Amino acid sequence: MRRRHMLSLSLSLALGTALALGAGTAKAQEFILVQSTTSTQNSGLFDHILPLFQAETGIEVRVVAVGTGQAIKNAENGDGDVLFVHAKAAEEKFVAEGHGVSRADVMYNDFVIVGPANDPAGVAGMNDVTAALAKLAGAEAPFASRGDDSGTHKAELRLWKAAGIDVQAASGGWYRETGSGMGATLNTGTGMGAYILTDRATWIAFGNKGDYQIAVEGDERLFNQYGIILVNPERHPHVKAEAGQAFIDWVLSGDGQAAIAGYLVDGQQLFFPNAEG
Amino acid sequence: MFSFGDMMAEALGLILAWDRELSAIVVLSLRVTLSAVALACLIGLPLGALIGAFRFPGRGAASVALNALMGLPPVVVGLFVYLMLSASGPLGVLQLLYTPTAMIIAQTILVTPIIAALTKQVVEDLHGEYAEQFASFGVSARARVVALLWDARYSLLTVALAGFGRAVAEVGAVLIVGGNINHVTRVMTTTIALETSKGNLQLALALGVILLGLAVVVNAGVMALRASAVRAAYA
Amino acid sequence: MRDTVMESAQDCAAPILTARDLGFAASGQVLLQGVDLEIARGRRTLVMGANGAGKSLLLRLLHGLLPPSSGAVLWQGARPGRTAQAMVFQRPVMLRRSVLANLRFALRVQGLGWRARAARAQEALEMAHLTDKARQPARLLSGGEQQRLAVARALVCDPEILFLDEPTSSLDPASTQMIEDLVNAAHVRGVTVVMVTHDRGQARRMGDEVIFLHAGRVAETGPRDQVLDAPRSDAAKAWMAGRLYTRTDF
Repeated sequence: MRRRHMLSLSLSLALGTALALGAGTAKAQEFILVQSTTSTQNSGLFDHILPLFQAETGIEVRVVAVGTGQAIKNAENGDGDVLFVHAKAAEEKFVAEGHGVSRADVMYNDFVIVGPANDPAGVAGMNDVTAALAKLAGAEAPFASRGDDSGTHKAELRLWKAAGIDVQAASGGWYRETGSGMGATLNTGTGMGAYILTDRATWIAFGNKGDYQIAVEGDERLFNQYGIILVNPERHPHVKAEAGQAFIDWVLSGDGQAAIAGYLVDGQQLFFPNAEG
Repeated sequence: MFSFGDMMAEALGLILAWDRELSAIVVLSLRVTLSAVALACLIGLPLGALIGAFRFPGRGAASVALNALMGLPPVVVGLFVYLMLSASGPLGVLQLLYTPTAMIIAQTILVTPIIAALTKQVVEDLHGEYAEQFASFGVSARARVVALLWDARYSLLTVALAGFGRAVAEVGAVLIVGGNINHVTRVMTTTIALETSKGNLQLALALGVILLGLAVVVNAGVMALRASAVRAAYA
Repeated sequence: MRDTVMESAQDCAAPILTARDLGFAASGQVLLQGVDLEIARGRRTLVMGANGAGKSLLLRLLHGLLPPSSGAVLWQGARPGRTAQAMVFQRPVMLRRSVLANLRFALRVQGLGWRARAARAQEALEMAHLTDKARQPARLLSGGEQQRLAVARALVCDPEILFLDEPTSSLDPASTQMIEDLVNAAHVRGVTVVMVTHDRGQARRMGDEVIFLHAGRVAETGPRDQVLDAPRSDAAKAWMAGRLYTRTDF
């Protein structure tokens, strides 16, 4: 009886150790690590284009999807080969400081402001984003912000500034910072009846819309430009420069751009390629 | 608007439509968590037994430290391991960041204090009963630890279970050090977080149900084993 | 742990154990003081006295479970260390293992090999009449069986001296009889026995020598019949007469 217990105990211990050892074995296949944003990941774009790239080159692309701020920070630490985000000013600073080799435009999508169907602030149908924001502030309609230093958050803060509104004064009042990703902010915001600035891609793919609709769209200032950068191999020698550059070249090539344009959700194109040909 | 009933039904539908992708996620979750718990036991059981069975200077401080570490937030552990394993960190050369190994390391750090602190309690109680007899036998320190751990094995199963529960359910640490990379480091909890953020609440719920189911199965197994031990007065 | 002095004298008449001015105090309270006594080799010495007299404490000091506050316990001629001695407690401590595993544990501590352990454990089982319960969990045995196992476990390592702390105080007469038989058999094989008891009948059956304690001191020592039938100390007289004796300034 006792021997059986001992056997089962040592078996489970051995099994556990074996699993621990096995976990360390990486796939033999070549792969690169891309630091990117939740908006691209959540929209499903990567699931669409990465298999195409892998089929062509045999290179596996592993995506870490976090907020743009965290993605840039991780890339600065050398934890990634390619940075693929949407915060142009921060990206240019990243390159200027020597963390990245060079930056290229890849594509854009646009931001929209979504709100409840009954539109308590009366902004539905507006296409002047700063006027719409001013109206929201005037009505003190609840507004859910990412508040996480992401690209979307930065874009939102630029727009508030352009509208001449100090949202910090309203923080905790009608202006609510969730401090989380786009999807989480959409979940939270729709739950409290707030207006939310979101990228269109995430919005279309979002599965928990409730009675929410797009209230404001179409302003040029709502365009959201994505850039791609190779992490500087001179600063971080382990960066897989060749494979990383191959991915960047492909994304910017006709094939890559066509793949981006070809990604549709519910028949709608989410991203508009605009690499310099 | 949604109805909870509909959503639950859809979630169960998703579970029934089990596919390979789902299997891979579940298997990776178990692999990471079981490995972490096994390693945590390897460290935490002897550590807890030493603190539980012996008096030495600093023993009180050690117990307080262990008990405090039990409440370590997973995100803090994740951050710590990230800073260690980051390419710019001291262990960056190992290139372990964003691998299952990194997740195992983070969860091991998370779980070890729990295992050690609970083991200390179990062993201390048992040692109170055995101490005089051991002294009479002249049992060496080493043999004493081994014997206490062995005789407390069924109580310690519950301890391991507590560690398993914490590890399998945590998302903060594995998200940071694993990166939630599809097909590489995506586990149940990070998938739940991701699908929730995508608004795919049915899928998130389905994964939650699976997670719960696994926890129930593991717990029931251990409890059954323990119950047989209690009947034999081994626990 | 224990003050142990090896002396070359191998005289069989020499005491196996000597306590010199033994004292013990805990949290400022003196529980035992000025104890000078000798344990005769191969004899059965009983430690008697009222509750709180310090009997169990004396046993633990002699066995080396506690370090004395003053004085020393000296071994003479016997090899020091654990193999030379074993102890049975008032309430048996059963490991959470089978009966057989409890015996084997004691043998393994002594560093015996697997084969020797198996043979010795088997003998001990037979001696304690527990052969058919070998595979049972020790903690599911009856109180009497547990104490039998405890005695067998103490004797399995072949000690030169066996300490017993009221081993039969909660047992029925039949179980008590079996324990006494086990101890007497060991005595016949040459094991020195030191036992605490409250039971005068047991003292008559089991005792060669008696040490009578009162309030942390030795009140009197002597051959069994002398101490039981013609005690000289007031404390022993009172105890034999069933009276409470509280003087401590004797």
